[in-house]
Amino acid sequence: MTNSTPQRPFDVEAIRRDFPILQQPLPKGLPVTYLDNGASAQKPQCVIDKESEVYENYYANAYRGVYRFGAMIDEQLEETREKTRQLIGAKHVEEVIFTAGSTMSLNVVASGWGRRHLRPGDEILLNETEHHANFVPWQQVAAQTGAICRFIPLTDDRRLDLSRLDEVLTPKTKVLTVTGMSNVLGTINPVKELAARAHAVGAIIVVDGAQSVPHIVTDVAGADIDFLAFSGHKLYGPSGVGILYGKQELLADTDPLLTGGHMIDRVYRDRSTWAASPAKFEAGTGPIAQAIALGTAIDYVSSIGFDAMHAHEQQLAEYAHQQLNDIRGMRIYGPSLEHKGAIFSFTIDGAHPEDLAQLLDRRGVFVRHGHHCTMPLHDLLGVSATVRASFGVYNTRADVDALIGALEFALGRLRLA
Amino acid sequence: MAVDLTIDELYEEFEDLADWDERCDYLIDLGFNLPPLPDEAKNEANKVHGCQSNVWLVAEMKPTQPPTLEFIANSDAIIVNGLIAVLVALFGRQTPEQIVKIDTQEVFARLGLERHLSPQRRNGLYSMVDRVRQLAVEAAARAS
Repeated sequence: MTNSTPQRPFDVEAIRRDFPILQQPLPKGLPVTYLDNGASAQKPQCVIDKESEVYENYYANAYRGVYRFGAMIDEQLEETREKTRQLIGAKHVEEVIFTAGSTMSLNVVASGWGRRHLRPGDEILLNETEHHANFVPWQQVAAQTGAICRFIPLTDDRRLDLSRLDEVLTPKTKVLTVTGMSNVLGTINPVKELAARAHAVGAIIVVDGAQSVPHIVTDVAGADIDFLAFSGHKLYGPSGVGILYGKQELLADTDPLLTGGHMIDRVYRDRSTWAASPAKFEAGTGPIAQAIALGTAIDYVSSIGFDAMHAHEQQLAEYAHQQLNDIRGMRIYGPSLEHKGAIFSFTIDGAHPEDLAQLLDRRGVFVRHGHHCTMPLHDLLGVSATVRASFGVYNTRADVDALIGALEFALGRLRLA
Repeated sequence: MAVDLTIDELYEEFEDLADWDERCDYLIDLGFNLPPLPDEAKNEANKVHGCQSNVWLVAEMKPTQPPTLEFIANSDAIIVNGLIAVLVALFGRQTPEQIVKIDTQEVFARLGLERHLSPQRRNGLYSMVDRVRQLAVEAAARAS
């Protein structure tokens, strides 16, 4: 794998200079404090430039033209596919499929694999911390096939309770689907162990890597992951492009979600046969310039190195955790730092998350509030909404300080301080 | 601060507010002064569902001649309560005919609050506007 060999020493100030959006002063001279990386990450100049380069110099449709622009596009798309293979540690480049994002990738698996393989009484193993994108598609396929959704018990701090996994992981389980990192609690799940235990009962494992792939080393072959979904836009790449990884033999046994151009082998008047993966799952014109620029984003994060990024983000998480806990009435949801990445979802007694988020915005601090597409988890937490601060590679201690200052300002305005 | 502001008084107030920071502080003040809804009225039946904040609304047409709308609403978010105060100024004591003619988007734009009232934003506020309009339409239909 190439994804943990940095080409430059970690220097957060140098990294910040790569992101033009962070350079602009807001009105009243406020700096941008961007803490919504869990929703989407900002883009370095090289990614922005790459997308423009495609449109300015050699744009054409993919896999169609023999003329030079078309050939360049094909070549660059295949370069991104290969970079992605290396990033996630896949064995074969044909196992890497371009999609619109994590949501689409998970829908391909739930619908394309699930409808083909699930029978009445089969079980789908979920848990209540999953994002709706890894929840609702499985509810749908369960309703369509007669399969049953079951849930891994959680510990008091909302981690998966692996000591009770055998209660729900049985030979009836056909698929275990789990997030690599919770988008609300930041919990990092032990996917390698889960994969081994799923395989032991004959189930496949699907990993929603939307939050984990941008922040921790991913190794699908090493961890024996069957399907992995993630998005380009959370990996400092363009929006509109994502990846589905699937083991070759499973992809051969999965139906395409979309049918149409490029994905066929032969079309007759009365029937059609499919091309092999990845084309089988890439019907229609995809996000061409975005997929090419995703390759640049992968180069960018690889040049920093995942170990260095993760270490930096964990240090920030430690500092943020300390500082947040000093605020009166603060409740941070989820496990302790050793089990999580740099995502904090919290409430403050007496303050509505929507008010906090709006008041933080006045200080140039951008966070998300709401249920973060995890209504079952919020039901469990007993709150309808939380505020979420999620960190990325370019965040600093100064961003934590800005968050704390803005929270104090907000609490003053809300007459709570 | 007066709790029974008219919309014209609000226009005057907002003219003196330079930017969103000042408008937001004013909305917070309005929100804190919003007449409270009794806790027992904050029930599921009165709840206007929103993705972000909740609003509870109790509204009815008073059988005055012509009938006028009377309503009390509260949110769990203070800034939304301030926006509710704006809607109370806008819709309160109006007849159904007047209510259905009010262009809330235009009023919110004039107040510089346009980004706080949109169908896409899905907070309880927009659902509340829908509910008030529906009440007015029903009352107008009964009267004709």
